[in-house]
Amino acid sequence: MPSEKMLMNGSHVVGEAAVRAGCRYYFGYPITPQNELPEYLSARMPEVGGTFIQGESEIASINMVIGASVAGARVMTSSSSPGVSLKQEGISYMAGMELPGVIINMMRGGPGLGNIAPSAADYFQATRGGAHGDYRTPVLAPAGCQELADLTSVAFELADKYRTPVMLLGDGLMGQVMEPVVFPDFIDVEALPKKDWILEGCKGREPRALFSMLLQDGALYKHNLELQEKFDRITANEIRWETKTQDSDDMIIVAYGTAARIAESAIEELKDENLHVGLFRPITLWPYPMAALRELAARVSKVAVFELCLGQMVEDVILSVGDRAEIHFYGLPGGKIPTPTDVADFIRSASRGDGKIGRRIEV
Amino acid sequence: MSAEVAYKKIFGYPKSLKDVPTHYCPGCGHSIAHRLVAEALDEMNLREMTIGVPPVGCAVMAYNYFNFDMVEAPHGRALAVATGIKRVHPGKLVLTYQGDGDLAAIGTAETIHAGNRGERISTIFINNAIYGMTGGQMAPTTVLGQNATTTPGGRDKRRHGNPIDISRMLAVSDGVVYVERCALTSIKQIQKAKKAIKKSFQVQLDDLGYSLVELLSPCPTNWKMSPKEAWKWVNEAMVKTYPLGVIKDTTGYEDKK
Repeated sequence: MPSEKMLMNGSHVVGEAAVRAGCRYYFGYPITPQNELPEYLSARMPEVGGTFIQGESEIASINMVIGASVAGARVMTSSSSPGVSLKQEGISYMAGMELPGVIINMMRGGPGLGNIAPSAADYFQATRGGAHGDYRTPVLAPAGCQELADLTSVAFELADKYRTPVMLLGDGLMGQVMEPVVFPDFIDVEALPKKDWILEGCKGREPRALFSMLLQDGALYKHNLELQEKFDRITANEIRWETKTQDSDDMIIVAYGTAARIAESAIEELKDENLHVGLFRPITLWPYPMAALRELAARVSKVAVFELCLGQMVEDVILSVGDRAEIHFYGLPGGKIPTPTDVADFIRSASRGDGKIGRRIEV
Repeated sequence: MSAEVAYKKIFGYPKSLKDVPTHYCPGCGHSIAHRLVAEALDEMNLREMTIGVPPVGCAVMAYNYFNFDMVEAPHGRALAVATGIKRVHPGKLVLTYQGDGDLAAIGTAETIHAGNRGERISTIFINNAIYGMTGGQMAPTTVLGQNATTTPGGRDKRRHGNPIDISRMLAVSDGVVYVERCALTSIKQIQKAKKAIKKSFQVQLDDLGYSLVELLSPCPTNWKMSPKEAWKWVNEAMVKTYPLGVIKDTTGYEDKK
């Protein structure tokens, strides 16, 4: 049975949703603004017979994730931007060895130590692989507490289905906000399909070895092609997005996560101004909903992109839209959060095409 | 009379070792260490319940030689990976097999903290005082005066820092219950090493805590010595920096010396 409706902090929501999705192993290192998540799980894991370890670093934590994953468990780690940078080497190994696992990134301002305010400046890192090597990681972008719960479950399912690390990309605001949430029921961990590639001792079978180093002539070539085939399958089957549009729309605003929530309020502010603005919200950032956006862009004259950074997702919008519509961009760096009125002003400016707020992207 | 009846097999490949050629250089200690680990697992009947984590370094492909479940770890992270495995499978034997660069340079934090948490893991630590796989650069354990490709003229305390004795550092922690240093360069020491490895496995089976067996291991290729000279160098020079024997034993076992 699903839970009752509860008012909960976003970080706690991820923790509870992970437990309900069958995650019994969490390894992480504290970093603001997501400390409520490890704190929650340090108390919650023992209640369900799970394991919580505060690792000595983000690096150790992601490698503990590798160990638990290779041992067959549903496992998670979480961090924020600088910490996720440290985990990247491990994520590359997970991609190479095809190990499932869930990585939460509650983004903060960067580069470097940056600040602890909400940001969306890790879009490139999250969607372009992140570390060395030819790989992609599915990235889910929740836009509220209910979606934090729902997409945490999806993340574990995708991870196991495709044997891949999956990233849930939120930000400092997603991790701190309190909203009502209804959790899905607990899955039966024992009833999950038995994985036929894990390590648990070789009793009754030949020993297994898992590794990403492939020195034999042609071996890495073949492995990369097989990985690409998997990435193609993910792209074909797992793209998610939400649209709030009407046939009369002349402009689409594209935003994800916290920015999408602000954009929605901006559209609400503009509802009496005859501007005809709809919302396109990518939920998977990789794979990106390119075809859906392209189709939508062909029906409007302008596409307005709003991000909590100086423009990263906008490159995927350019790839999707091309010259089918005018593209305008607005975003602030360094954890500065525009108000819905700021975004409404951007939409008005883009509509007029005067370039006063944000900028026109020439394609 | 059949050959099987007339002759008793008294020597062969341990089941825990695959009957394949290794890539190790002539005179390298890894081959001996692999065999000791394999014999210990066979004799204790642990092969089918063992999961191993090799290092990055010369033994990176140990999974091609050991005949039990193994997983690669990024450089230095074997003990973090092993921690994840052991927490999921507390009833299995989990071992790491690591060189000096992996365990005592890039992986120092993972080493110290796995030991300090008292993870029920056994570590076989191969100390050859040099970076073998990359071609003879300074290791954290390179001894003073020793020539490496990045310590021309010999390791100098002031310029390159001191050789690190990570086994003694680990021994300070309560989570670490057994640490012994042996060498792979005399028959007597090889026999001691095997006994130490078996004891380390027993410590884990008895749920006592973390244990590590350090093995001083010859690297004739990168020391630019003959195998015979390399054995002599371990026994006469290297042991001065890394004295052999039990460094810590709080197991309470009868055999402790």
